[in-house]
Amino acid sequence: MKKGDVSAFFIFLLLILLLPVFSGSTYTLTVGIFSGINALVAIGLCILMGYAGQVSLGQAGFYGIGAYVSSILSLYMGLPFVISAFFAMIVSAVAAVILAVPALRLKGHYLAVATLGFGEIIYVILNEWGPGGPSGFGDIPHVELLGHTITSTTGYFYLIWGLVAVVMLFSINLIRSGTGRALRAIHDSELACNAMGLNVVALKIKVFILSAVYASLAGCLYAHYVTFISPSSFSLFYSILVLMMVIVGGITNLWGAIIGAVVITVLPELLRKFEELDVLVYGLILTVSLLFFRKGLVPMVIEKIKKLRGFAVAKH
Amino acid sequence: MLTVFLQFLFSGLTVGAVYALVGIGFNITYNATSIINLAQGEFVVIGGLMMWFFSESLKLPFFVSVALTIVSAGTVGLLMERLTIKPLKNPDLLLMIMITIAVSIVLRGVLMFSFGKDPYVYPPFTEGDPVSIYGAIIQQQTLWVIGITGFCIVVLFFFFKKTMMGKAMLACAVNPTAAKLVGINVSRMVMFSFILSAIVGAIGGMAITPISLMEYDKGPMLAVKGFCAAIMGGLGSNRGAVIGGFIIGILESMTAGYIHSGLKDAVALIILLLILFFKPAGIFVSKTMLQLRKY
Repeated sequence: MKKGDVSAFFIFLLLILLLPVFSGSTYTLTVGIFSGINALVAIGLCILMGYAGQVSLGQAGFYGIGAYVSSILSLYMGLPFVISAFFAMIVSAVAAVILAVPALRLKGHYLAVATLGFGEIIYVILNEWGPGGPSGFGDIPHVELLGHTITSTTGYFYLIWGLVAVVMLFSINLIRSGTGRALRAIHDSELACNAMGLNVVALKIKVFILSAVYASLAGCLYAHYVTFISPSSFSLFYSILVLMMVIVGGITNLWGAIIGAVVITVLPELLRKFEELDVLVYGLILTVSLLFFRKGLVPMVIEKIKKLRGFAVAKH
Repeated sequence: MLTVFLQFLFSGLTVGAVYALVGIGFNITYNATSIINLAQGEFVVIGGLMMWFFSESLKLPFFVSVALTIVSAGTVGLLMERLTIKPLKNPDLLLMIMITIAVSIVLRGVLMFSFGKDPYVYPPFTEGDPVSIYGAIIQQQTLWVIGITGFCIVVLFFFFKKTMMGKAMLACAVNPTAAKLVGINVSRMVMFSFILSAIVGAIGGMAITPISLMEYDKGPMLAVKGFCAAIMGGLGSNRGAVIGGFIIGILESMTAGYIHSGLKDAVALIILLLILFFKPAGIFVSKTMLQLRKY
């Protein structure tokens, strides 16, 4: 990890630890929990888009597979959380391979549509064959770890953000490794990568699987936390939401994914007071931020800080 | 047996016609700008809802309502291009996808605020008994939808082949720099392409509303299906979008009729995936042409 990442990571851990202490309201923590779940999906998509340069509009599909497989296994087969979550991630990974092998030959709009099609197909399948059909099903058991059943909001907050921290640590190390450099090289020029003897296709498929596994993990956590799921949470709208998180936060920075997830999750809560106008205001905020902060929040702030520092040095 | 089949076929042709119009709308903007305008579905909704507003709420005569609906849709297209597409200089693919999605959310918000969440409907263009072919009942509005789609296709064909402006628009698609060099105002052509695609979408919305009702949130699904149609025929090819639209419409209604109504959305998408995987250029665009494209 670079120096900046280490300090960022410590500040991040401190925030996670302190938030429940200082703001103990269940409401804040619940919004925090959903932000964390979304952050997991967003980190995966950020690696896929920002580093491997591949678009996906189908993350909701993997998210849905995670939630459904894990809930069905633990509710109907009585498997413990850890095992059903593990199986859910395996199923998502397999689905990712099946989609990635043909889809990653495609580019731009075509890849976007292919992944969108995949997401929608999963959505239709959940609607038709998922337990409870379009109205979904409940009574999903809570997360059970080492003999403890987690039911409190604070418990879930620490569990989910703890997992975000672990995923983040793994991801930062991944993109600083040789693999990460290879990924960024793909983003810049596939042709050059091929010429250098990198197996571009294999790398892309691996990243695709990784993003699917993150989304699947998020899906499991969502299902076992809310204990009720229905297909509507896994529609195209969710895929678009995740895409927005990554873009608003800043596609070229993993921290951007987390910030974006928090912003996009908190924003509708703040917009509640606009009542019927909330969709409109939401859309306007997005449009404006896309038009004026194209690089995303985190890279923009970093640039500003660098400029200020440059200023300070110049004054000396 | 034949009756049922024909019934499904005609309902498929009806929805297919609208998908075709949405697909053509995608092509018009894609050809001029390489942008996939994901707000295309909202134009259809605007067409249906504004037509209701002028003809039912304000009780204006039919042709006046049609004209005003076309003008308002065109204005929305114009505003969208001037306010969100033009300010983006050298945008990348992702940003373009996102900005059109963001605009579609804004449009949905405006529609929801002004029309509410209820579905709207107005009477068919002509009153009269349904036509019966081999026992299959075809509403007159169905014939209107198919006829209007056909009319749009013919007009657009002549527009792009015979008029100076249509040719100029196509030139922007082929090579914007060269188009600029021969004196074509590329920026204006891009603007016109958005207006035109909004109008084409709105026409589809006006025609289909008496059959399938219209509500504020129908846009995204229409956009996905229309996009399927455009991709199936090969992005950029209007002939392809029309055939793709009809194929998707017919397959959907056959699936809904013979297999299971819940699966109709999946079928269109599965076919789309198969086409993408095995012939990504679509039916009417050659592979070489695909490689020349920016995105």
